[in-house]
Amino acid sequence: MTVDSQGTATADPQDAPGRAAGKSQTPPPSSGPKEVLQPPRGRRSLPSGLLPYLLVAPALLSMAALLLYPLIRNVILSFQQLNRKEFITRETVWTGFDNYTELLGDSHFWTVVVRSVVFTAVNVALIMAIGTGIGLLLNRLGKKMRLVLSLSLMFAWAMPIVASVTVFRWLFDEQFGVANWVMRTLGFSGYEQHNWFETGFSTLVIILLLLVWGSVPFVALNMYAGLTTVGTELYEAAKMDGASGWRTFWAVVFPNLKSFFMITTFLEIIWIFKAFAQVYAMNQGGPDRGSETLPVYAYIEGVGQFHYGVAAAISILTIVMLIAVMSFYFRLILKQEEEL
Amino acid sequence: MSATTQTPQKLRTRKPLTVGTVAKNVSALVLAVVFVFPVYWMFSSSLKPQHEIMTKDPVFVFTPTLENYTTATGVDLFWTYVTNSLMVTIGAVLLALLVALAASFAIARMRFKGRKGIVLIVMLAQMAPWEVMVIAMYMISRENDMLNSIPMLTLVYFVMVLPFTIWTLRGFIAAVPVELEEAAQIDGCTRGQAFRKVIFPLLAPGLMSTSLFGFITAWNEFAMILMLNKDKESQTLTLWLTQFQTAFGSDWGATMAASTLFALPVLVVFLFLQRKAVGGMTAGAVKG
Repeated sequence: MTVDSQGTATADPQDAPGRAAGKSQTPPPSSGPKEVLQPPRGRRSLPSGLLPYLLVAPALLSMAALLLYPLIRNVILSFQQLNRKEFITRETVWTGFDNYTELLGDSHFWTVVVRSVVFTAVNVALIMAIGTGIGLLLNRLGKKMRLVLSLSLMFAWAMPIVASVTVFRWLFDEQFGVANWVMRTLGFSGYEQHNWFETGFSTLVIILLLLVWGSVPFVALNMYAGLTTVGTELYEAAKMDGASGWRTFWAVVFPNLKSFFMITTFLEIIWIFKAFAQVYAMNQGGPDRGSETLPVYAYIEGVGQFHYGVAAAISILTIVMLIAVMSFYFRLILKQEEEL
Repeated sequence: MSATTQTPQKLRTRKPLTVGTVAKNVSALVLAVVFVFPVYWMFSSSLKPQHEIMTKDPVFVFTPTLENYTTATGVDLFWTYVTNSLMVTIGAVLLALLVALAASFAIARMRFKGRKGIVLIVMLAQMAPWEVMVIAMYMISRENDMLNSIPMLTLVYFVMVLPFTIWTLRGFIAAVPVELEEAAQIDGCTRGQAFRKVIFPLLAPGLMSTSLFGFITAWNEFAMILMLNKDKESQTLTLWLTQFQTAFGSDWGATMAASTLFALPVLVVFLFLQRKAVGGMTAGAVKG
């Protein structure tokens, strides 16, 4: 994704599609012959010595310089006072844990934390439920309908995040937006010039719609890809035994795709929790800082309020929370990855 | 006996319209409309004349015009943004391919101490929370006089797409049978020649899709450019698009034309790659 998406592309969104689905998909066909081939294969191609290290060095060095170093700098910055004055004079003022104690005692910080967690939870629950539903539906559709629906999902998936934010702003425009027209057509009153971005909450609801819209295709299409590997015999068997759709799902589909569900859920949690472009570009965290989630909060504390030290501390705390989630994710991935 | 006769019958009776099939197809159609609507609306709004955009009740049938595109591309510095975007994305992707090709070859084809550790590092790096690291990146760039610099942004995007590129290429390289390489070496190729003449051509499709995914990531990136390149001259299309609205007030037609221009390359690339995005990629990307 986003390709992410969410994108973006989810962007972003883009790396894991293959992975998440593939985990559940590839093993059965490929593991058989590969297991036999693999061991000799590695050992045969070996006159190496220093060569592998030379080949890997550029990659490692660039990641160290532009990923590891910024991370370390982020930690260091979080122990500094870096307000407007220090920012301009470029002096370094150490304050120990002051930024952290200030944050942890700040009710605004906790509001944003709770908001981010709840926002992520609701988002991921909706994405997984709707995505799974559509995945199951895709599996039961005829060829033509399936193509129509997947193509439509593809478009939503492929939309660049920034473009989709712009379009959503237009859909929910106060004066000429389609959303107000739809509400009026459905017979609701008060939608002559309804401002959808009036409160932080309503803004977050629009962002939620955007995130769900952009992330569901990833889950649905990969879910469908996974379902095709389950094999129709199992469904048939379940149906013969008279199982209902609901039972079939929990007894046949879910156990078979359990790792897919787990991995996708954690991926979505990570993606949504750190989503920046969608939240910021929609309304710059406003109105009145009411739609700030943690990444946006860090940005605004820094750039908007000139509290770069505090901003660094916020991002460190955010990263710590992300790492907690990621550790589960990696445990799942590593369990899958028998051959590293 | 009864079981065997039951199944064909069931199949035959299920074909004609039942409540279930109708419900299934109707909901699929509704979902398809819902999901494609924002994209459709962007495109159709971009082609509408001004007076058919500024209406309380949306117009669905209209005579298309390109005037919005003229407005959008007529913005100051538009071509600078296009060039910047292209330079940054293409630069980042090419750099990533080059560096990743070497690294993934080592990871896929050689056994050496620390190999597993490197694979782990790549996996971790792939999950790097870039959006949350903007403050530190800003300070680093500021200290090194690299704010508003296209090369700096290119480098950042390069590291952003690098882990994914290594991961994917590693899969593609591992999928090329070693025997081919060995045969070439027996026939007198050096290891380097074997790589260039045998593996590389076979990797072409893999390189293609990997770089296109990298392209999408870099093209869409928002947080970093927002933080690092505040100068007009050094911005990319991503920022241009988000600031378009503010600059043009409520000229939604032109804004949608701008969105369409921005989205079009990605949509085309993505639809071209769609098989790889779902499932197909797994073959190469996931399992080595």
